[in-house]
Formats: sequence, structure tokens, C-alpha cells
Amino acid sequence: MNNIGKAVRIEGKIISREDVYVDGQVEGTIEVMESKVTIGPNGRVKAGIHAREVVIIGAVQGDVVASEKVDIRKDAQLEGNISTARISIEDGAVFKGSIDIRKPEPVKPAAAPAPVAQPPVAPAQAFILNSPPAAPAPPISVSPGPAPKR
Amino acid sequence: MPQRDGGVPAAPGRSQPKVAAPSIRHSRGLEQFFLNIRDVVGLSILDMAGLNQENVNVLSALGHKLYASDLVRSIDDTFGYDLAEQNNASRLEYFLQANFNYLPDTFDGVILWDALQFMTPAVLAATVDRLHMIMRPGGYLLAYFSAQERLSEVPSHTFRFVDDKSILVTERGLRAPGQVFNNRNLEKTFARFDSVKFFLTRENLREVIVRR
Repeated sequence: MNNIGKAVRIEGKIISREDVYVDGQVEGTIEVMESKVTIGPNGRVKAGIHAREVVIIGAVQGDVVASEKVDIRKDAQLEGNISTARISIEDGAVFKGSIDIRKPEPVKPAAAPAPVAQPPVAPAQAFILNSPPAAPAPPISVSPGPAPKR
Repeated sequence: MPQRDGGVPAAPGRSQPKVAAPSIRHSRGLEQFFLNIRDVVGLSILDMAGLNQENVNVLSALGHKLYASDLVRSIDDTFGYDLAEQNNASRLEYFLQANFNYLPDTFDGVILWDALQFMTPAVLAATVDRLHMIMRPGGYLLAYFSAQERLSEVPSHTFRFVDDKSILVTERGLRAPGQVFNNRNLEKTFARFDSVKFFLTRENLREVIVRR
């Protein structure tokens, strides 16, 4: 779990493979495609959120896209459009925007990863949380040619 | 079933009547509304009751896209509880931008519940104009009005779908109506629309279905 405390303010793009808990301020984008984002009670987020699951307890201004579920708690304030497969809403939440319930896509067997060209991201704008350290490049091996016939 | 009222808190300084327990009742207006949206999918429906699980479930089960906001809360947030404040032109413009800032012909259905009856003539006229613009021709609008024309305060409610014919009604206190609403001035209010149909209920509600 990556925790952004209530004294923290981030402007830019947050990318994580693990769950993210935001109790501070974020302005930009949050991408946690395979995990869960929780906007805590002190969280103030002006950002588009893409995640597997999104839980909102604090305030969000921006569009929310969740592949599985959006959970809006009673004190949440959300202004933006939601696109998700399932949604849970507690009474008392304040909301303005649209809700698009999409049927979940059928699970496909994992395919071999294809190389994807990643656009360069300015280091001052992107926050990659808990990513594994980059592996050193493998040494280049040169195989010897066939042994000469005698 | 909802655990508590998620609507607007009672206005400060207002009389607190004995609030009736939540009740489920049949709504012919709602039945008519659903008749027009249930045989197609992918419609855009604007629900101005605020966000609640029941309404999201019913509308999304029909395959529609739901837009939601709480119009009564927005009236209070924008104008306060004094009806005279609704004559403030800049606040009216803010109110329209906050609630009806959509492209023309966006919605196939709009559910206003009882919010319109708390608008003064100026706010109501501007709101209905904006609704006419953002609704598609042939779309339907559902609104409820108190049929007790002589009361200085009428009950305000929250509404939730139970199914496509009935609603859970929860009273959330009394408030002053913006004006008197009878069949004649409702027809006048929606004169630009294609048709207006009324249903008078045993609970002294006038349910109105308007076709754009």
C-alpha cells in the first residue's frame, strides 16, 4: 500500500502497481490499473482516476474509471463522470455527474507481453510508486562460431 | 432499504413538523415515464434527486446512462432559504450553469421529483427553458407538485425507485413553495413542450409527465 498522507500535496501523475491511499491533495492523474485507489476522509483530489477499484471517502473532482467497482461512502463528494462495472453508494454522498455501468469484459488468457513504446514522462510530473528497481541490462554474449573442421 | 435520509438537512429556523415515516406508494407518473424508457437501451437519463443506490440500480439495469445531481440542495446552496434571493440574476446564472450545463438534446428523460415547486417564477421559467434545450425531442420529464395550493409551506420529499411503478417517499420537512401550482399554470409553464399530462394522487400530489 502506498500512502499519501494528509500533509502531502502532489501535482502530476501517480502511477502504481500496488494499492494507493490518498489522504492528502493530488492534482493531475492517478493510474493504478491493477489495484485499488482509496481517497481518504482528508483526501482532496482534482484528478482523473483509473484503477481496478476506487473507494471515495473524501472529495474528488475528476472522472473515475474503474474496471471492477466504485465505492462511494457517505461523506464523499464527487464531481465527475463514473465508468465502472459495479457501484456502491452510501446515503449522504454528494455527487454531480454521470454514471455509466459497463459490463465487465470477459477475462482473456494472458498473452505474451509485447514491447510497448512508452512516451517519455518528465520526472517532475510523474510519480511511480513502489516500482521495482530497473534491472541492469544483461551482458551481451557473443557465441563462438562453429569449431573448425580438422 | 435506505438506512437514513440522504437528502438536504432541514433549513435552520424552519418549523419542524412531525415527519411522516417513509412510505412506498404507487406512482402513475413514474409508470408512464418508465413505459417510455424501458424498451430501449443506452438512453441518457437525468435524475435530480441526488445520488442513491436504488435509482442507480433501476436505471442502470435498464441499460441507461444516468446523470445525477441534487436540485433541491443546489437551490439551497445557491439562493439560501429566502425566496427573495431567487430574484438575484447573477445567482440564477450560477444556478443554471451548475445544474444544466449540458449540450442541447442530451437527455431522453429527466426526473425532477418535487424540486420545481420550490422555485419562484423567474427561476422556474429559466429552468424550464434550459430543460427544453437539453432534452431531446420526444423525451419525457417527470415532476411532482403539491396539490394543496393554499398552504404556505408544503412537505419536501426524497424519492427513490422501488421498481418501475412505485417509489419510496421520505419526507424531509416543510418549505415554502415558490408559487402556486395548479393545472392551468403548469400548462402555461410547459407551453413550449409537446404535451403535459397530470395525475392527481391520494397523497395530494400532482404528478406531471411532460413530453418534449
